Amino acid sequence: MTTTVKLNKNGTKNNPVLAFWQKHKNDLIPPLVGVIGFLLLWEMTSHLPGMRLPGPSSLFTDERTRILLLYPFYDRGGLDKGLFWQTMASLGRVAQGYSLAAIVGISVGILVGTQPFLDKALDPIFQFLRMVAPLAWVPIALVALQQNHPAAIFVIFITSVWPILINTTEGVKQIPQDYINVQKVLQLSKTKFFFKILLPSALPYIFTGLRIGIGLAWLAIIAAEIVMSGIVGIGFFIWDAYQQNYISEIILAVIYIGAIGLILDRAIAYLQKLIAPGQ
Amino acid sequence: MQTTNRKLVNSMEKQLKLDSFLTIDNVSKIYPTPKGPYTVLQNVNLTINQGEFICLIGHSGCGKSTLLNMVSGFAQPTGGSVNLKGKAITQPGPDRMVVFQNYALLPWLTVFDNVYLAVDTVYPQKIEAEKRAIVREHLALVGLTEAMEKKPTQISGGMKQRVSIARALAIRPEVLILDEPFGALDPITKEELQEELLKIWHENRCTVLMITHDIDEALFLADRLVMMTNGPAATIGEVMSIPFARPRDRERIMEDPQYYDLRNHALDFLYNRFAHDDVA
Repeated sequence: MTTTVKLNKNGTKNNPVLAFWQKHKNDLIPPLVGVIGFLLLWEMTSHLPGMRLPGPSSLFTDERTRILLLYPFYDRGGLDKGLFWQTMASLGRVAQGYSLAAIVGISVGILVGTQPFLDKALDPIFQFLRMVAPLAWVPIALVALQQNHPAAIFVIFITSVWPILINTTEGVKQIPQDYINVQKVLQLSKTKFFFKILLPSALPYIFTGLRIGIGLAWLAIIAAEIVMSGIVGIGFFIWDAYQQNYISEIILAVIYIGAIGLILDRAIAYLQKLIAPGQ
Repeated sequence: MQTTNRKLVNSMEKQLKLDSFLTIDNVSKIYPTPKGPYTVLQNVNLTINQGEFICLIGHSGCGKSTLLNMVSGFAQPTGGSVNLKGKAITQPGPDRMVVFQNYALLPWLTVFDNVYLAVDTVYPQKIEAEKRAIVREHLALVGLTEAMEKKPTQISGGMKQRVSIARALAIRPEVLILDEPFGALDPITKEELQEELLKIWHENRCTVLMITHDIDEALFLADRLVMMTNGPAATIGEVMSIPFARPRDRERIMEDPQYYDLRNHALDFLYNRFAHDDVA
């Protein structure tokens, strides 16, 4: 009897998984309960008469979906690729459009933030354009650029650039008077002011913009790809699956989209911690 | 004959002003407001000698900060002029370094780098080792050698104020301007910093202009105490000389019977003759 108790205690101490569970039990149980409850409810609803949306179990029961789930890396050429490759194709477009948006958004934002005239002149245009939904840009982009690939990049760019630009402008305008006074009394050069005061002071705002921007960019690519037919990408994959009535495949793709979106957001947050810690 | 005499006196006065180190000459400051012009300061005259320690006292809203801002160059007088060594002050500059009320340290730079930024900007011709030595020397002066690599967010208010003072002194300003530097500190830290400031001032002999709300602080530190009347249209009500010999010892001057005469005089000025409406 005593030996079993002892073993148990030792087991808890030496097993890192168990130790982790013991420590974070209270933080882990509620979300687990939430997720499992949600899935159960969904599964039950899907069995109601007349309901066409399959439950989460269809990820395993549907054969085509199971293959997609288990073999994300397969590549049979053309559009018939595993979800990993579909996602990577979409991410590649996001990377291009978003990088462009970050470069343009931050540099124009700094320019506009430091020039009150430009700010007043351009703010109404920015405020107007940022309200245009990504999908509305698709036909414009297709007409203007005539090809799927550059049009997709443009849609991502134009969707994600506004929060980056507007937040950067705001960050530059919000530099505390104290720091401006330091610049004035020391008579700092323009370069020194830019690198030692303006940029670090605006950085938290810039990162807020970048985080909103990455989320919008990811939303935009899905929307853009759904409209642009015949390309490898998770957005078009969903559209294709819908056309062929493979509903459980859509569910799987949606899970991918949610997970990637979350990872992208966290990646920017991590980058912020790395570059501007404690701000 | 009389007119020539008057002319002579006038020109002599002018010359005297030019010779003086820092002159505040018939300065007024009027802000335009929607309800019409608002006069903050009027007829302010003060001549300050090189190396003097001046404290300014007065109720809030009497324009003390406005007056100092015109010396530092952050504000321009509406009428009259502020001259340093005969030249009108038109903009801020490192020769009139300010210790700001809320320290104004850059939170993304370490304590060392905050001071270094100032030293590097003011002495561009010096080599790096020399500049680093200046920073270390001044941080040691205010007792912050241990905290050099810390960020401002990691240190206490008293330490932040020390950094701000070290930054100001490291660039050897001709005039050091302090806007209520110790107001936010606890009494013990406050006394420590007052003594440090006085010690450093003895070594550097820069001219100091300091706003305070604390009569005892002024009596301990200043050569002269400038007492302001209430706004609007505030002016200098009285200038009190503080005759205690230097170096000053806090306990010794507090035993001096003169200390209480001066203290009561200042209190009387602030709370009887120019009592603030909401004090009384």
